[in-house]
Amino acid sequence: MIAGYLTHHAQALLGSAGRLARAPFATALTVLVIGLALALPLALALFVSNAMGATGGFTGAVDVSVYFKPDIALSRVQQLAQSTRARPGVAAVQVISAAEALQEFRQYSGFGTALQALGSNPLPNILHVRPTADASAPADLAALKHYLGAWPEVDTVQVDAEWVLRFNAILDLLRRVLSIAAILLGAGVLAVVGNTIRLEIQGRRTEIEVIRLVGGSTGFVRRPFLYTGMLYGLAGALLAWALVGTAAAVLRAPVATLARLYGSSYTLVGAGPREVGLVLGAGMLLGWLGAWVAAARHLRGIEPRA
Amino acid sequence: MILFERVTKRYRNGREALRAATFSIDRGEMVFLTGRSGAGKSTVLKLIALLERPTRGTVMVNGHNLGTLKSRHLSAYRRTLGVVFQDHRLLDDRPVFDNVALPLVVAGASQTEMDHRVRAALDQVGLLGMERMLPNELSVGEQQRVGIARAVVAKPSVLIADEPTGNLDPQLALEVMKLFKRFQDVGVTVIVATHDMHVVHEFGQRSIVLADGEVQGSAEAPLPSMTATR
Repeated sequence: MIAGYLTHHAQALLGSAGRLARAPFATALTVLVIGLALALPLALALFVSNAMGATGGFTGAVDVSVYFKPDIALSRVQQLAQSTRARPGVAAVQVISAAEALQEFRQYSGFGTALQALGSNPLPNILHVRPTADASAPADLAALKHYLGAWPEVDTVQVDAEWVLRFNAILDLLRRVLSIAAILLGAGVLAVVGNTIRLEIQGRRTEIEVIRLVGGSTGFVRRPFLYTGMLYGLAGALLAWALVGTAAAVLRAPVATLARLYGSSYTLVGAGPREVGLVLGAGMLLGWLGAWVAAARHLRGIEPRA
Repeated sequence: MILFERVTKRYRNGREALRAATFSIDRGEMVFLTGRSGAGKSTVLKLIALLERPTRGTVMVNGHNLGTLKSRHLSAYRRTLGVVFQDHRLLDDRPVFDNVALPLVVAGASQTEMDHRVRAALDQVGLLGMERMLPNELSVGEQQRVGIARAVVAKPSVLIADEPTGNLDPQLALEVMKLFKRFQDVGVTVIVATHDMHVVHEFGQRSIVLADGEVQGSAEAPLPSMTATR
């Protein structure tokens, strides 16, 4: 019994695949539309994940710079650095002495000669405090800034986080755009598959009538259309994967070049097993759902003629 | 057993195709429904096949009250019937084997069972060896016999045929009717709607005469001048 049931499912699946193969042009057009609709959210998802991967979310790029008053001794700065290191939510603390800062400034600013004209070092001792990733939220940074700024030895505390927050806001916006695009394009896939199945139901009206006449249940009549929809979705998803994979392959070298120019060894990452699984699953589910809706709507009115 | 009790069928356009029709058909009986076009013959078959439901009255087929049979039981009920049409209703893009096998596919038969029963049905209608041919490669008579093979392949308890000889010459018509007689002989209830009185008289079965949607009478036909061969 179960073997017979599975055999009929296999027959329905193969029959649906055969029908799609016998109309290659119409099938290709439908698959192309579905493929493009699925490729856009997949590309957006990869863009967001690559941006996150390339920057590491910039969680390590949030620095708090503490500028001490000119008369504060380096030994006192090191004491304060030690107590800062003991604070929870602090990943690293670096002491840059006024002398080191001057040396660095001489080396990279191009004003080395002019600096020699100065009688004394105008630069203060500095602490660079890097919070941990889970303590980089705006509220945590504000608390850290307040803590450091409360020391009487400190002149200024500067949090270099605004641009990171902007970047994260852009990524968050892109994630939302991705969600909206996925919903809208998913609805588009439903409509395309639904309309294609509607036309197929109309074209097979006589067959449906005969099947109903010989006792075919609604489930039996509906089955091949559901497989057709699922195959459309699967083929569209495979096409989307191929399109995005091709685009990633084409862009990999220029992205690597760009990353090198910024001193990074980052390379573009294509769709992994998780993304591929998601897009194939979504494609099949949308195709099946579109076919189900169309079949439920249009098979209802088909009864055998006498 | 099939029982029509004061059955009225009124279509949406207001036409009454049957008016308080009452008759019964025993299990394993072969009956002709006769009458002119529009007499209500096809409506009787539509009601038995549940293509229509009665407006009033009761239709009972093998213990099922068709007026109240739930839609979810419709397909299971139809699997107990074999239906033959004047225009065959074959699927032109499928070979003879697939057309005949359709009721078995729907019923969930195994491939082995399908092979066996389709060949047996084709053998009964004299078309064994034509399994791979397409319907449009066959003559009208052969197409009609494919339709009959499809109707009987799942061993229905009731076989209904609407003008099955309408497109056939007298010789072929006789052959087709002989086939129906053979199915009756093995216990199938056979109901044939026809206005071909020559066929009715040749086979000498009971006929239910309809006129303007009313049952005019039920009569045993004269003894056949020719006995159906087996």
